[in-house]
Parts: sequence; structure tokens; C-alpha cells
Amino acid sequence: MQALRYARATSIDEAVRMLREGGETARVLAGGTDVIVQARERRRVIDLFVDIKHIPEVMALEYDPQHGLRVGAAVPLYRVYGDANVQRVYPALRAAAHVIGGKAIQGRASLGGNLSNASPAADSIPAMMALDGVAEIAGPNGRREMRVDEFCTGPGRNALQPGEFIVALRFPQPAPHSGQAWERFIPRNEMDIAVVNAACALTLAGDTVTAARVTIGAVAPTTIMVPAAVEALVGRRLTDDTIAAAGTAAKDAATPIDDMRGTVRQRKHLADVLVQRVVRAAAERARGN
Amino acid sequence: MATSGRLVITATINGDERTFLADSRDSLLEALRERLNLKGVKEGCNNGNCGACAVILDGHLVNSCCVMAAEIEGSRVETVEGLAGPEALHPLQQCFLEGAALQCGICTPGFLMSAKALLAENPAPTDEEVRFWLAGNLCRCTGYDKIIEAVQAAAEQMRARK
Repeated sequence: MQALRYARATSIDEAVRMLREGGETARVLAGGTDVIVQARERRRVIDLFVDIKHIPEVMALEYDPQHGLRVGAAVPLYRVYGDANVQRVYPALRAAAHVIGGKAIQGRASLGGNLSNASPAADSIPAMMALDGVAEIAGPNGRREMRVDEFCTGPGRNALQPGEFIVALRFPQPAPHSGQAWERFIPRNEMDIAVVNAACALTLAGDTVTAARVTIGAVAPTTIMVPAAVEALVGRRLTDDTIAAAGTAAKDAATPIDDMRGTVRQRKHLADVLVQRVVRAAAERARGN
Repeated sequence: MATSGRLVITATINGDERTFLADSRDSLLEALRERLNLKGVKEGCNNGNCGACAVILDGHLVNSCCVMAAEIEGSRVETVEGLAGPEALHPLQQCFLEGAALQCGICTPGFLMSAKALLAENPAPTDEEVRFWLAGNLCRCTGYDKIIEAVQAAAEQMRARK
């Protein structure tokens, strides 16, 4: 491990000050399951960890039907998927959080960390983007907000400015008659990194789609929205043909690479299949809501 | 503000309050093994994939290679060394032994702690639930069937005692 100092912040202001004093080699420490390994393997130059887990706001999970869900950036995943409101109202988020890493990872890892780490294959990001998530950010210039779908700028890169960090993630209350779903393909049953993942949130009026958000991951430098899939769905009756058109749009939008987890051809095919599945599953839930 | 180099950490380790010196760069895994001589905690991959270093931190399973030692100030840590009672092995340990659920043994402490955390939350898991829970623990010699059977045997004994 490189020489590394540790500081424990107990308020947002204190964390901002510590990060400013630490300069560009200071890093926020939330669950640590990515950043500690990156420091050890010297994939990132880090000489100061600012632990934000003792800031109450960063560890709070709150829900009410007026304001929706607010998840502190460092709330560990077991609390996210174990929360009854998340299970009932945000099943796509629950599904993703439940299968990120194994139980020992879920004891620490967080949504804020998964987003900040900006892996193209991150499992929670398609769900957070489909759910219209917003990141609340603190930094040297005060607080601001950024849409989750604008947060990642490339593999391992994000739009945070120096000294900024995510305080919480917010998700609006879904409209009536809405449903959502998340899926991924891995060759094992669990504990693997997505070959492709996908999420969808949509709203129905009868059989007609009135709003939709479709996302796919591990098929581009960042998780992407698929506006062409949304176009294929919104204003149309949900039939096998419209669902197939959404899948085809996802396949066309995907620009994956060949790597040890999958080929371009397989990933494009999976984008099609998974988007069809999440659209169907989201519609099924929408009919029940 | 930031602590550099040597630092003094106080935490409850296997029920005993311990104060020890560590380096600010130590992982919890390194501190447990090198500072507290708890060699039952094993280093496998050292990157969060294999579960050999799993311990229970404030009631929740973590990979100790993915926690900084400095983070545990004021916390409770349980390792395999705290599993057996004064008179007898823990039912999980006894069932792993009797069921031959280990060969080289490197993964065993992680499996035991992971299984302990599972049974604390779900005393009567299905086989599938055991497999899903233990998916973060890798074994490269025994294979998993005997481990699943040992966990189920221990779960049954623990339920019978209550």
C-alpha cells in the first residue's frame, strides 16, 4: 500500500475542508470496496482518505411518497435492498443492489461509491438512471445537484470537480401506473461483473406507454440512455412489435468492445434481449400499480 | 486532522476491548494479522473477490482487505478466533470438520464467518439461500457441496439448541 493518511469527517463542511487541504491526491472513503483496492494496486494515486461514513446525512436513507427516496451516498447496499420502501417502490434499484458483489461487499459498498467509481459495467447505474436519479453534491463552492445520467464521463471518470463528493442520491416518487425493472447477464448465477445490464422505467395509460426511460450498461464507455428505445415505446401500445423495436434500438445504440467477458456481437445481442425483458417486466409491474 | 503513520486504535475484537498500534496505511486484514496476531484471517486475493479475509464488523460481513484499519476505531470485530466457546468448537466448526468441508483450509475461516453471519440473519436457510450468501467465498479444492451440507447441519443443530 502507498503511504496513506486517514481522516474521519463528522460533517459535510469538515469533509469539504479536509478534501481541500488534501488536494488532488485526497479521496473520499465511503465503503472502500473499489477505492482501497485501487490505492493498493496503485491504479489511483491517493495519499489521504477522508472517511465520510460518520456524517449522519451521508448514512441516512429516507422515503416518503411526497418527496420520493433519498439515499445517503455511503449507505451500504444491504440497507438499500433491505429497506421495505425500496423493495416496494423502487424494485429496479433493489434488484441491482442485491447482486453487486457478494454479501461481504454489500456490507460496505454504496450507491454513491458505485456511481463515483464510474465503471461502464456498474450494476446500480442503469437502475439509478432509469429512475431519474439526481446526485446531491458538496464541494468547495457549496452544494449543487447533477442528474445521474450526466454524471459519468468515461470509464472511471466522472463530472465531479476537485474537492467535490456525492452526499446523497435522490429518486422521485414514481407516477401512478408506473413500473420498473433491472436485469443483467452474467455467465454465473451470482458474484460476477455484468456482460450487459439494462433497466427500464415506464408509465402506462391503459395499454399505451406515456413515459419511459431505458438504459443499458457495459456496452459503451459509460452506461447510456437509449432515446431511440424510448421513441419506439412512448405514445404506442405495448405490443410484441413495439417491444421488439425498443430492443432493436438498444442493439443499435450499443457500441461495446470485445473483452474477456464478452464479444461485441454477444453484447449487442444481449442489449436487445435484456431491454425487451426489462420493458416487459416494467410493464407487468406498471399494470399492478 | 489527518492521521499519518502510526496510529492508536481502540476496538472490540472478539469481545475484548483492545488498543493497538497500526499504520494509517494498514488494511483491517493487515492489522488483524500483523498487529493483533490473528492469523486465522487469511489473505487470498486482497482485492475483495475471494472472501478468505471475511470478518464480521459491527454485525455485518465485510472483506477485511477492503476496510482500512483506521476505520474500525470504536467498532466491534469478530474473527474466526472468537468462534469457538471455551469448552467446544462452534457448531459450524464441528460440522465443517465432521463433514470434511475443507481440504487446504485457507478459505475456511472466511466461510465460517460468512456462514455465521448468514445464520444470524436467517437461521433456517434453503440450500439456494446458502449458496447465494456464500457466493462471495471461493474454495479452490473442496468444492461447495460439502460446505453447503455442513452449514445446513450446523443450522439444524443451532435451531435444536434454542
